[in-house]
Amino acid sequence: MTEINKETPACKMTIGGNIYEAGNAREFKTGDWRSVRPVYIPEKCIQCGLCFPVCPEDAIPVGKDQKRTDFNYDYCKGCGVCAKVCPFGAITMRVEGEE
Amino acid sequence: MAYNVKEVVADKPSRFTSGHRMCAGCGAPPVARMILRALKPEDHAVIANATGCMEVSSFIYPYTAWTDSYIHTAFECAGATLSGVEAAYKSMKKQGKLPDDEHTKFIAFGGDGGTYDIGIQSLSGAMERGHDMTYVCYDNGAYMNTGIQRSSATPKFADTTTSPAGSVIPGKMQSRKDLTEIMEAHHLPYVAQTAAYLNFKDLYEKAEKAIYTEGPTFLNVLAPCPRGWGYPTEDLMQINKLAVETCYWPLYEIENGKYKINYKPAKKLPVEEFLKPQRRFKHLFKLGNEWMIEEFQNEVDRRWEALLKLEEMSNKE
Amino acid sequence: MGIRERLSGNEAAATAMKQINPDVVAAFPITPSTEIPQYFSTFVDNGQVDTEFVAVESEHSAMSACIGAEAAGARAMTATSANGLSLMWEMVYIASSMRLPIVMSLVNRAVSGPLNIHNDHSDAMGVRDAGWIMLFSETNQEAYDNLLMAHRIAENEKVLLPLMVCQDGFITSHSIENIELLEDAKVKEFVGEYHPKHYLLNKKEPIAMGPMDLQAFLFEHKYQQAEAMCNAKQVILDVAKDFEKLTGRKYGFFEEYKLDDAEIAIVCMNSTAGTTKEVVDSLREKGIKAGLLKVRVFRPFPAEEISKALAHVKAVAVLDKADSLNGVGGALFTDVTSGMQVNGVTVPTSSYIYGIGGRDTTTKEIESVYKDLMEDSKKGKIENPYRYLGLRKE
Repeated sequence: MTEINKETPACKMTIGGNIYEAGNAREFKTGDWRSVRPVYIPEKCIQCGLCFPVCPEDAIPVGKDQKRTDFNYDYCKGCGVCAKVCPFGAITMRVEGEE
Repeated sequence: MAYNVKEVVADKPSRFTSGHRMCAGCGAPPVARMILRALKPEDHAVIANATGCMEVSSFIYPYTAWTDSYIHTAFECAGATLSGVEAAYKSMKKQGKLPDDEHTKFIAFGGDGGTYDIGIQSLSGAMERGHDMTYVCYDNGAYMNTGIQRSSATPKFADTTTSPAGSVIPGKMQSRKDLTEIMEAHHLPYVAQTAAYLNFKDLYEKAEKAIYTEGPTFLNVLAPCPRGWGYPTEDLMQINKLAVETCYWPLYEIENGKYKINYKPAKKLPVEEFLKPQRRFKHLFKLGNEWMIEEFQNEVDRRWEALLKLEEMSNKE
Repeated sequence: MGIRERLSGNEAAATAMKQINPDVVAAFPITPSTEIPQYFSTFVDNGQVDTEFVAVESEHSAMSACIGAEAAGARAMTATSANGLSLMWEMVYIASSMRLPIVMSLVNRAVSGPLNIHNDHSDAMGVRDAGWIMLFSETNQEAYDNLLMAHRIAENEKVLLPLMVCQDGFITSHSIENIELLEDAKVKEFVGEYHPKHYLLNKKEPIAMGPMDLQAFLFEHKYQQAEAMCNAKQVILDVAKDFEKLTGRKYGFFEEYKLDDAEIAIVCMNSTAGTTKEVVDSLREKGIKAGLLKVRVFRPFPAEEISKALAHVKAVAVLDKADSLNGVGGALFTDVTSGMQVNGVTVPTSSYIYGIGGRDTTTKEIESVYKDLMEDSKKGKIENPYRYLGLRKE
């Protein structure tokens, strides 16, 4: 975990703004940017792979078995690109907060 | 090995992580991520990034979205900065200061502002000097980071905040600069223009070729910007498709001077199909402005024909 | 002990660079520092160094490439002058903020405009707040010695700041002087190897450098630079002590020339100190107690030490080879006088702007400054502290 935050004293901060934990942005959740939410309907999904690479947030987890699972809502910003490219209706967009 | 998007995504973990702060639906992260997936998993990379959208939202202290080593210095000098890194690598390798069995690849990312405009000198210098690196321009056709100002990559007539569609001057009055051709004029071993289309196959294969061709290589990648272009975020892949199918953004590559158009639409779509969904071209569809679409179409046709000729000529025995 | 040679200032700098054998040199030619990359690329092409020489297309790229190389884990050096430094200005700040101990040889020349290729200090003064350690050199020997000490200072863990060694364009850069060089092996041992803790080319620890650093962090990062600059003071002295053991040549923050019993004193930097020493000697023969304080370390500025060294003097003239155009005086003058004020030293002090654009400054002119100082010391106050030396007037 990144120990630097807005309370960190100057002497404990890394010099030059360097960061030595590559990829630590994963600790920064962007899911709260979302106003609409993609809903995954596994029954309709044929695992075609069209949605995997289009997600700007890398919020569609893909296993070693080359199959996707449900969205990672920690990061999904609700852009809807995935729903639009799905030809099988396996992703629908819902307004955040609505069932 | 034939390209399989599922295999690539499943086997190669993302080297540009979640938790970055690009806008929802931005066209740049999917292309950056796929380009980095073209790296061999065992290879380390040093990424240099010009100031721009990608930089200010991927490394906001103390969080970096890059899993490889990464350096940002300023707007206009990603090329020169990476030159220095690459020269250091060469020197240190030669002197035995780095492990023999480790390979590092060098990739620069710059937007069209940092590449076509303020950074073109630094890019040109780095390419001419022959550094072993791949420079990637993610072209979103304006200075998006500072709020959609025109760049030399902005298409003609586009409405931007410094070329507004006014009552006298209807948007940007100049056609876009052809940077891919400028880079080809450096006689690089590999230059390509690509986009996130057809399952990212074109993009991935070109990235792989660029990264693993020795010497300086250049990729120009279309990166649509929903905010700057004015289309709904979910339409990213449709916009990419229309850019290619209208031949506004041809997919082609030049290997040691030989042109290859990687995708020729069976039926070239009229460019207005690409223009229509975008707010920046809204004024082109007003009554009396038909001439603008016609002119736009003529320019697209002219450049497409020229490209076809270049392909033909460069492949003649 | 040592090798006697006759070298120009540029040759001396290039020789120091050859002996340091940095991993990367990136430079672009500009008068009067052009010879440095010329000599150096000859060393590269003749296999005398291990360096990768990057013949960049501009000074902006020279500094960018040095930043990239140093961040990668290499030792990087460059040389420039005047407008070259102006063009790199953006990257000069970025180099120090990224805490990269790049070493630059700055051959001082007037910054345009109008265009002029000759010596003054307007280039160096333009980057005095950029967070670089700045050493000034009176002679070719000092330019050489300062470069040999540079990496030990800049790369010190408590410092990690870039460093520039200044010398006067043409006056020393193109004048051949006797010089004592160290043997290559001794330089290698003295300078040592560079082993940065974190660097881009370390596959085992990928790092990110050069963030977007917002309101919650930039302030603290700037403070860290300030602290490093303060730390540099002791490191500069420690390195000088080691250098003295090796060479017998003694360096401090500044040189005091007949200053301890002086009643009137000049403060200046670089080659003008040589002319001033000549004048001090002749005035001393006449029984006039003239002295000189030659600043070597301009950044970090040794305000307290300079104030103490000048406390006993009755009048001081600070000679600036660049005007700050602030309606007050030169940069060295404002630093010296504010240092005195803070340290409770009250000596009538005036600013002399001189030698702009390579205008010769003669012993006669320096003498006239001492003459002014005698008047000032009698009056005990300064009526017109902002003066031009050697200016044609009606």
